[in-house]
Amino acid sequence: MFFKNALKYTMVAATLIVAASSCEVDPPIVEELPADNIRLIVPPGWPYPNYDFTGNPLTKEGFVLGRKLFYDPQLSRDNTVSCGSCHQQFAAFSHLDHVVSHGIYGLLGTRNAPGLFNLNWQTSFMWDGGVNHIEVQPTAPITNPVEMDESIANVVTKIQNDPSYTAMFKDAFGTETVTSQLIFRAITQFQGMLVSYNSKYDKYSRGEIILTASEQNGLNLFMDKCNSCHTAPLFTNMAFMNNGLDSVFADAGRGKITLLAADSGTFKVPSLRNVNLTRPYMHDGRFSSLNQVMDHYSSGVVNSSTISPGVVGGIPLTSTEKADLIAFLKTLSDTEFITDPRFNDPFAP
Amino acid sequence: MKNSIKILSALFLIGAVSLSSCKKDPDEEPTPTPTPAATTGSLALHFENMVGDSALVFNTQSYVTANSDSFTVSTFKYYISNIVLTKSGGGTYTESESYHLIDASDLATGEITLTNVPLGDYTGISFMIGVDSLRNVSGAQTGALDPANGMFWSWSSGYIMMKFEGNSPQSTAAANALLFHVGGFSGANNTLKTVSPSFGVDVASVTTSVTPEIHLKTDILELFTTPTNVDFSTLNTIHMPGANAKTIADNYADMFTVEHIHN
Repeated sequence: MFFKNALKYTMVAATLIVAASSCEVDPPIVEELPADNIRLIVPPGWPYPNYDFTGNPLTKEGFVLGRKLFYDPQLSRDNTVSCGSCHQQFAAFSHLDHVVSHGIYGLLGTRNAPGLFNLNWQTSFMWDGGVNHIEVQPTAPITNPVEMDESIANVVTKIQNDPSYTAMFKDAFGTETVTSQLIFRAITQFQGMLVSYNSKYDKYSRGEIILTASEQNGLNLFMDKCNSCHTAPLFTNMAFMNNGLDSVFADAGRGKITLLAADSGTFKVPSLRNVNLTRPYMHDGRFSSLNQVMDHYSSGVVNSSTISPGVVGGIPLTSTEKADLIAFLKTLSDTEFITDPRFNDPFAP
Repeated sequence: MKNSIKILSALFLIGAVSLSSCKKDPDEEPTPTPTPAATTGSLALHFENMVGDSALVFNTQSYVTANSDSFTVSTFKYYISNIVLTKSGGGTYTESESYHLIDASDLATGEITLTNVPLGDYTGISFMIGVDSLRNVSGAQTGALDPANGMFWSWSSGYIMMKFEGNSPQSTAAANALLFHVGGFSGANNTLKTVSPSFGVDVASVTTSVTPEIHLKTDILELFTTPTNVDFSTLNTIHMPGANAKTIADNYADMFTVEHIHN
């Protein structure tokens, strides 16, 4: 009931938003179906996603299979680490309070596990953009020696030999023969359904609520000082930027992929949706609070050869401005998303 | 509402099933009705992996490069894709879903049968060494392109076009290893090569009763020479796209020779 009402309001607000927004490309009309269903979601006013399940038709059965695989530790070599181990729903599918995540045998990774949502809009994946398609993204953590350290071939064998999957593959794809392609398509159906668009900010945008004075001031500051990179409504411009963390790069980031000096020390601009739920921050998780992030941009930016022009010299903020910005950033938390039962761990008791 | 969703889901499923049936190998398609007479036949490619004029023997046999470095071979795999045959008097045959992974340790992978080839005399062949750029950016693949085959870089999406591993006393890498994983499909790092090894004066005649067999030699020595003589003391490890991968790809562009054709 709650969802149905919310959707009605969404549709009403959608009309308002579409009418109000002028600079966005007109999104195609997507029929709103009941919230408990599985469908391509394109929130009103958002650009059309980069991935829309073409070639991988979205079904409830495919989604449910993908959800089980997402939470299945058999995807790791010693069957201890699942995707969900480091991407927790209550933390908007990031790894709360983990600077970097631990893989099998407690091995530590080198980068902070990002939140997972609105992935259909991403044009590349991982902090360095090394993965070029949502369907092959799982190959990276599965085969990374400090994450799940498993071969794709072994994953296929384990899933094929697990009788609890037999009927699920049949239902989802019409075959009991497991292939990596079907595994990845199913996981993509789950991950592509992780759309976060019901934060307080979204409700404000739809005209359903108003912001507090502090939040509103934070929004104004954000649009003035942050939106050029953390561009609404996705709150990222998908680009790779150096935001002035270091003068010498311990991690070349995007430069590792392109081998270009100009990309050294740059990383994918992360979405700021759910940012208050996804601490710590930065590619290496060096900041544990939004206060530290504000301090960095205000007075901690250091120069380097590839620094983004937008942060050169920092973005000076008063203490009131920092507080207002943080108040605004907290309106990007999507409680409905992190409690949506569709995304729960099916292995949980 | 819920019913219509069920129907929609069912339609999706039917769509998926019928789509996948379109992608099956041509040889699994129903045989055309025998009358009138068949207009297509088959043509076989036989790739023989060699080191110069010597047969490839893994691990135990030592070979010498143009740079006078000696080496052994433990792994040799490569993709052949987008096979096109040129017909005498004009016209071409293009294999559909043309992706083949040849693994020198599995002789059967060197036998490729092209089916539904229009009858006639063929005077040339071209194919790509590697996997075309489109399939490198098109998400989860299967068959020869399944990442489970170990020819896919997960950290920087893309296929390993050619994988050579072995040892050389000249190699300065740990355990004297040689590791050449060559890939890269875009921009300055593009390693894709489309080659057309010559038939010479020979012709492959596809008839209703004869499947001609084209024997190609794949010469591993060519990885390490022409145009660049590789010195294993300075170049022994490649595991990402870049200038070194391009060097090896430029070298192996001429590793194929048509030895002879059986008709």
